[in-house]
Amino acid sequence: MAQRTTEIIVGLFMIAGFAALLVLALQVSGLSLKPAGDTYTVYADFNDAGNLAPRGKVSMAGVTIGRIRDITLNPETFQARVAIDIDAAYSSIPADSSAVIRTSGLLGDQYIDISVGAGTDSLSAGDDFYETQSAMNLERMITNFATGR
Amino acid sequence: MMESIARLGRNGLTAIGSLGRSGTFLWRVLVGVPNPRVGTPLLIRQLYSVGVLSLVIVVVSGLFIGMVLGLQGYTILSDFGSEQAIGQMVALTLVRELGPVVTALLFAGRAGSALTAEIGLMKATEQLSSMEMMGVDPLRRVVAPRFWAGFISLPLLAVIFSVVGIWGGMLVGVEWLGVFEGAFWSNMQSSVSFTEDVMNGVIKSVVFGFVCSWIAVFQGYDCVPTSAGISSATTKTVVYSSLAVLGLDFILTAVMFGGF
Repeated sequence: MAQRTTEIIVGLFMIAGFAALLVLALQVSGLSLKPAGDTYTVYADFNDAGNLAPRGKVSMAGVTIGRIRDITLNPETFQARVAIDIDAAYSSIPADSSAVIRTSGLLGDQYIDISVGAGTDSLSAGDDFYETQSAMNLERMITNFATGR
Repeated sequence: MMESIARLGRNGLTAIGSLGRSGTFLWRVLVGVPNPRVGTPLLIRQLYSVGVLSLVIVVVSGLFIGMVLGLQGYTILSDFGSEQAIGQMVALTLVRELGPVVTALLFAGRAGSALTAEIGLMKATEQLSSMEMMGVDPLRRVVAPRFWAGFISLPLLAVIFSVVGIWGGMLVGVEWLGVFEGAFWSNMQSSVSFTEDVMNGVIKSVVFGFVCSWIAVFQGYDCVPTSAGISSATTKTVVYSSLAVLGLDFILTAVMFGGF
């Protein structure tokens, strides 16, 4: 076979390989080429963060509006302090909204659902959620029920 | 009794000797970078015969393995009512394990054995020694392009294998068994991480490419220059490559995903 044809075919093979890697990156692992976009950070203190994990979903009315950045222990109150990055597009969340930890499906991942408040002020960067509701712990619920508390 | 002990010692010495020879051989191949003007066409020819010609077997096996994964996953997952997780299962299995490992095994059988037989026959027909007589280093002219071609091709083939396999899994899961397509992709995207899963799979296939090509060219270069010698060298290439791939895969998996 002519050297040139071989070169072209090998070139196509290399392109196919890198294209496949690109498919794995974009389509399979959901890597996004566009920058993450502007976000602002708010905080929520939970008595029990359950199985929340960084990069977890934060949603409002079922629509994802942000991601969990990290989860630390607040050394003063001994509560879990969750830093949440919210898309700058959703900048007018009422300040008296509450953050609730919910589970998707029966056994799915836990995520934070924001229940909209009625106030006129909105949350700004660095604010804390006024009210939070911790993860539902089935075991604790059964214990409470059994001991009648 | 004494004879068997002596044989054990002899075999041990032979094994250590060939290990040492393969080490120095590898060093000379890696160091002996040929002149790019001469070397590039040689490398491209080898990339064609090692990489491009292996594409068909890799694509076909990838497609069928993906389809089998989709089918098996569906049967198990539908018992729990979570057949949407099929995308995540197929993608993680392929990207982390089956892509690199099965491609390396196919590569050892399809391309590695051919490399060994070709170099072995060149040695048996004294083409290698005539090259030396003419002042051409056979390691640079014959061995190095083949080694590099294998080393470059295998990761590319492994990535193609994974993509085709995922597509095959989607074909069975979504088109045939009726899993919801949006859930298929979104489950996959939320659980597959690019750095943790995809890149670790690529690293695995790079390691396998190095080891398989090394074994193949060394067995050819080191074979006994007779027809029986070439046949046993070809067998050794496939056996050693397969064992090395499976053993290294366990070690790499333990390092990458075992949490050490």
